[in-house]
Amino acid sequence: MDLILVNLIDGLVTGLLLFMLSAGLTLIFSMMGVLNFAHASFYMLGAYFAFQISLALGFWMGLLIAPLVVGVMGAGVERYGLRRVHQYGHVPELIFTFGLALLIEELVQFIWGKNQMPYEGPDILQFTAFAIAGNSIPAYKIFMIFISVAIFIGLLWVLTRTRVGMIIQAALTYPKTVEALGHNVPLIFMGVFGVGTALAGVAGVIAGPVLGTFPGMAFVLGSIVFVTIVIGGLGSLWGALVASLLIGWITTFSKAYNLRMEDLLTTFGFTKPEPIWDSPWRDLWSITSPQIADILPYVLMVLILIFRPYGLFGKRDA
Amino acid sequence: MRTSITLGLATALTLSVSAFAAAADTIKIAFIDPLSGPFAGTGTNGLHQYEFAADELVNKKGGVLGGDTFEIVAFDNKISPKESLIQLQVAIDQGIRYIAQGNSSGVANALTEAIQKHNRRNPEDRILFLNYSAVDPALTNDKCNFWHFRFDANADIKMDALTDVIAQDDGIKKVYIIGQDYSFGKAVAAAAVRFIGEKRPDIEIVGNELHPIGKVKDFTPYSRKIVASEADAIITGNWGADMLGLGKSVLENGYQGPIFTYYAAADGITAAFGETGEGALRLVAEGQINPPANDRAAAYYEAFKAKYPDGNISQARITNVIEMLARAIDEAGSATDVVKVAYALEGMEHENLWGGTIKMREVDHQLIQDVHIHAHTDDGITFDYDNSGYGIKVENTVSLAAMDSETSCKMRRP
Repeated sequence: MDLILVNLIDGLVTGLLLFMLSAGLTLIFSMMGVLNFAHASFYMLGAYFAFQISLALGFWMGLLIAPLVVGVMGAGVERYGLRRVHQYGHVPELIFTFGLALLIEELVQFIWGKNQMPYEGPDILQFTAFAIAGNSIPAYKIFMIFISVAIFIGLLWVLTRTRVGMIIQAALTYPKTVEALGHNVPLIFMGVFGVGTALAGVAGVIAGPVLGTFPGMAFVLGSIVFVTIVIGGLGSLWGALVASLLIGWITTFSKAYNLRMEDLLTTFGFTKPEPIWDSPWRDLWSITSPQIADILPYVLMVLILIFRPYGLFGKRDA
Repeated sequence: MRTSITLGLATALTLSVSAFAAAADTIKIAFIDPLSGPFAGTGTNGLHQYEFAADELVNKKGGVLGGDTFEIVAFDNKISPKESLIQLQVAIDQGIRYIAQGNSSGVANALTEAIQKHNRRNPEDRILFLNYSAVDPALTNDKCNFWHFRFDANADIKMDALTDVIAQDDGIKKVYIIGQDYSFGKAVAAAAVRFIGEKRPDIEIVGNELHPIGKVKDFTPYSRKIVASEADAIITGNWGADMLGLGKSVLENGYQGPIFTYYAAADGITAAFGETGEGALRLVAEGQINPPANDRAAAYYEAFKAKYPDGNISQARITNVIEMLARAIDEAGSATDVVKVAYALEGMEHENLWGGTIKMREVDHQLIQDVHIHAHTDDGITFDYDNSGYGIKVENTVSLAAMDSETSCKMRRP
């Protein structure tokens, strides 16, 4: 029972982190129709910039400055890169962001090398917030939860309660009309891209000390972010949140408990073939949940695509 | 326009011919390891150690065969067995006869098979496999062949030494084994279960599991299980980002006992663990860095640091690969007749730069050497790792570990 609570908290942390990445990506996609392959690379840049800044000015300045720098870079990429490629259609845009992802990874390796960076959280958060049956919850994780929840509420407020948010929402569905009404739609696009990448930057800043700051960090997280926005429904902030939490909990729980396929199959009335190592079904019978934890989100995505192609909260067809 | 093209072609041709002429007196060693992706750090640092060892220990001393020099040619295999086989073919096509590889036994298993096949089909240009790090015991047992030489102590030998230390500690009653899901991780787990069962049957193994290699984003769920199992010690063969992720995660989430590891040092790992790892991390390895075994080792390390200020000598055995290969080539009197070189390597006794004498066992081509248990600490460290002030210091030594160990290797010699 105690362990369930602990895993709920762990899954929440993973899920919220994923949310910060997917929130930006889903907004960018619904607005521009571009899958930004370089999104996770901005997450990596956030971690590296914050590491560099933290060496000189400490963690908190890193948390403040790094996302801004990443956001400005993101806006720059939209203004001087994507906007020019846009006229040639979606495929060149896709290739552009893909190339950008490779470029950023090489650049990071060129500047910082291939080793893991000793990026640490602030000393003030280096204590155990509380412990549940011997499982300590580091204060840093609680801090991560607060930051991500604050960002979600902030985003939701901006999108639904402010004038800027209303224009963005309108531009999502009727960009031509919004433009005709005198709004500067390219500027809105640039802003959304900048904010989206800045969010990825924030995620990098706070995930770097926990998940490690190394050149492979974008690659490790890259594909799961796309899965999240497909499950949640493209363009839906709530969808991104729900899907992120779902994935966070699914993977955490299936790793934390050794559920065996053998038990599952026997409850359904199948009998285990003996001897098992000669059976063609050997691999199926010997699967345990930690082994398949990381592919479960993909299974979920396939199911969603079959039964609800527009995602959990999506409004239109993906 | 046409003349300039002809001229260009002619120049290119001359250049390539002269490059070929220059290559005649270098002996190339292909270094096939990950130079990109999650394990790029480990691979790149290995490459630097090879280049430095070749320069310092061979080329600066006049080379082999009266003047031939060693050249390390790097190939990026992205830690994939499939990619490695492609790179192996590229290396063979370039006329390279010595293949050095170490990261991942999965790759080594693929390479040793491919090299055996190649040598059977192409007796005129055979190649040797210098395995400096892949420690799956099968490589010198069931899958052994004449062309494969292992310079690291294999997983069984290391686990034997590690469990000696565990067996002496009466405080350890429960052990959790966790590793990466591939041949090496499985070999570590099997060896741990076997040796603990033999040496301390009273120790309960409370967990034994494998996780996907290089794909785990967050080790927290695993740490929860480990803490919940109330283990007194953890044994893991993890390396690279997987080692750091697991180690930091268990320590942050409330685990207090020792973590017995194979590879929890250097390549950024030591710096990232820093103070957290003090008192917890134990590491089994060959090659004594702290305290330096002799003046020569200290001078070598200092020279390495002068050239690569940010680098570490994390794989001391690389000097043995280079020195023993150079001696074998000199003894054989040829760098192209690898059968002779292989026979010279077999049974060779060598003065280890890092202290002690080592021997390449004839029966299975496993190097027999001293194995040390190191502690991660900042106390009494002459050469730290990652310029962090922290490093690894020898705590226990098993000399000539597993000298008489059994092997199932039945080697066919040409």
